[in-house]
Amino acid sequence: MAKTQKLPEIKEPTRMLMSGNEAIALGAREAGVYFATAYPGTPSTEILETFSRLPGIIAQWAPNEKVAFETGIGAALAGARTMVCMKHVGVNVAMDPLMTFAYTGTIAGFVLVCADDPEMHSSQNEQDNRILARFAKIPMLEPSDSSEAHDFFKLAIEISEQYATPIMLHITTRISHAKGIVELQPWIEPQVSGFEKNPERFVMVPQYAKLRHHEVESRLKELLKYSENSPLNRIESGEGNVGIVTGGVSYQHVREVMPNAPVYKIGMSNPMPIESIRKFADSVEKLIVVEELEPYYEEQIKAAGIKCEGKGNFSLEGELNPERVAEGLARAGVIKAQQKTSVPVQIDVLPRPPVLCSGCPHRTVFNALKKLKADVFGDIGCYTLGALKPLNALHACICMGASIGMASGVQLVKGSNKPVVGVIGDSTFLHSGITGLLGMVYNQAPVTIIILDNRATAMTGGQQHPGTGTTLQGEPAPAVDLVELVKATGIKNVKPIEAWDLDNVLKVIKETTESGEPSVIITQHECMLYPKKVKPHPYQVELDICNGCGACIRIGCPSIMTIDETTEKGLHKVTIDPETCTGCELCVSVCPLEGCIVEMSESLTENV
Amino acid sequence: MLKTTNILIVGVGGQGVILASELLSEAAMTAGMDVKKSEVHGMAQRGGVVSCHVRFGEKVYSPLIPRGEADVALAFEAAEGMRWGNHVKEGGMLVVNTQQIIPTIAFTKEYDYPEDPIGELGGFKCRVVPIDGMGIATELGNAKAVNTILLGAISGDLPISSEIWEKVIRRRVPRGTEELNLKAFNKGAEIVKNATNLTVK
Repeated sequence: MAKTQKLPEIKEPTRMLMSGNEAIALGAREAGVYFATAYPGTPSTEILETFSRLPGIIAQWAPNEKVAFETGIGAALAGARTMVCMKHVGVNVAMDPLMTFAYTGTIAGFVLVCADDPEMHSSQNEQDNRILARFAKIPMLEPSDSSEAHDFFKLAIEISEQYATPIMLHITTRISHAKGIVELQPWIEPQVSGFEKNPERFVMVPQYAKLRHHEVESRLKELLKYSENSPLNRIESGEGNVGIVTGGVSYQHVREVMPNAPVYKIGMSNPMPIESIRKFADSVEKLIVVEELEPYYEEQIKAAGIKCEGKGNFSLEGELNPERVAEGLARAGVIKAQQKTSVPVQIDVLPRPPVLCSGCPHRTVFNALKKLKADVFGDIGCYTLGALKPLNALHACICMGASIGMASGVQLVKGSNKPVVGVIGDSTFLHSGITGLLGMVYNQAPVTIIILDNRATAMTGGQQHPGTGTTLQGEPAPAVDLVELVKATGIKNVKPIEAWDLDNVLKVIKETTESGEPSVIITQHECMLYPKKVKPHPYQVELDICNGCGACIRIGCPSIMTIDETTEKGLHKVTIDPETCTGCELCVSVCPLEGCIVEMSESLTENV
Repeated sequence: MLKTTNILIVGVGGQGVILASELLSEAAMTAGMDVKKSEVHGMAQRGGVVSCHVRFGEKVYSPLIPRGEADVALAFEAAEGMRWGNHVKEGGMLVVNTQQIIPTIAFTKEYDYPEDPIGELGGFKCRVVPIDGMGIATELGNAKAVNTILLGAISGDLPISSEIWEKVIRRRVPRGTEELNLKAFNKGAEIVKNATNLTVK
């Protein structure tokens, strides 16, 4: 991202249409948050990006969520109101400090914004992190739209300070990336009270931690009283004798389907306001729980001896929407199944899977790996798309940083007779690949790791990281030297090479995989989209030479298309889109015919 | 209570689907209505499908339009019209840009891009209005005006005055392109108004 523009200060109440992510950033500024940090991850990324554009605060990308969380702890213990944002799987990375920060508790308000991704719009799993707030024994708020996201953030800071505890603001993709009208308020000036020593509270060794655990349990009892009486949890009376318990975006879907039903709306879901729900349950004949993914509310309500129905009628998989809520309520016998007057017309149309961009430096590497028939262990980023057709050149992907460990494991048990390669992006390597590499070297796993160094956290929008040499705001920052870093782990064979040069990429991968020693190749080429979209540098196909062999089509470049014109054998010839071709020459490298794909002459490119 | 209006805007990453939905949402808010908008854009930059749900009325709850309840769908790309047409309710309208963006997958053996995507739309139980957005934009002298032409095309039956549209367009489009975009918007509106008998097949 280029240098970002500051947003103007809000000096009087203002109504604006905002996404949940933007609303949280503005809510944080209104609440006097001084320090915010995150690692990018869909759907949470824009919270910190928006916050960073506000004056008078500190906003920073961290190398990973654990570091973000720990830096946030420091800021909060020093008395600065703090926000740390991450996607659901990011909380797994930050789980270690989270579990024990709950013990020490905080000085200034500390809000962990956790963005889940039910339906996996852009994630590797759809874990329900509401369970983690309960596990960590911290309070949790669940807004149901942008307006509540904004308001609840401010309340979260209040609760955090009142009870000296970190708190989770739990959102989902349909809160993060849905817009609604938000009432913005004037800001307050952030304060920093300064760190004060208190080892019994902050040094978690057994004798002190035991005391703090006791404190956590007492705090939860107080928080339960708060939850039972808070307007965050409310009964909305209505018509009929079936009551619905719901929260988060599911509340909005329920209201869409049953605008007049009695509803218990949960806004604070840890601790659960069980006695208040019991009262509601007593006022209706039947209680239905509507929530996404896990039966988080349902199990706690049932454990309290309150009769209700939940996941028996709703799926444990995917997100909810008005249609799925209506279907579930029909299964529960609450509403009539919608009479379909006619079967909706459905036309089959080809899928449109995401692809690596034209000129993407990852494409060369995957074409080389495919040619070598390597067993490839992948990681999280754009390059995970190397698994899809027509490349099919990535064979496992679990989580951030896992590629190196997985590839090592395969080699350590001698589980493959093919070249074994791990591929990991620069940002992902710095996030959690370094420790994997240390293990690989230490245990001498004969693996070749390819760091796909495109100088950006590309998948989430090209964010800066410790290797790019610039901060979140686009200011200069020290950049880590990947070659030296890799050498320092004990890798003797480190090869930085140009990513676009297919022949050399192929040669170097072949050599290192055959060498039988732990090796790292760093393929270098800037991303085509970030920091700036690369200008076209078009090539063209000489149609009188093209024999329609399809070699260039199989590299999976979106700029190369077949055309109606065929060869004598009936094979379709190809063309290159001059508006998107970047001139990477990968198609030239795979084309078997001399002079078939050539640089477009200048006279023709003038109009592009 | 007034009924909620549901508008679905779909297309391919990079086409300006999100900006169009922003303009529409802002216009509805300026007209004094409650608005919610939802989008999926995680993979948009990589040639994937982008879909935006825009809903407005007296009070809007869910940010998602129930399937088959869109009053209007606006498809920025011909085959996307085929994919999303069944989200439009009976008697609703599907405005589709005739532009074709052929995905890489269509050049593999398993999939084909439809021969005549616009022709396929006749099966839907709604009014279908194909628009050559790119052609009109080129006539107006700027290919980037496709966005506002298509937005103009769906503006006819919406409870948003032309004054509000003008205000929002002037506020949101890049400086110096205000007049062009307003012209494009009006052109789009005009085409649909005069296309009452336009059906496919």
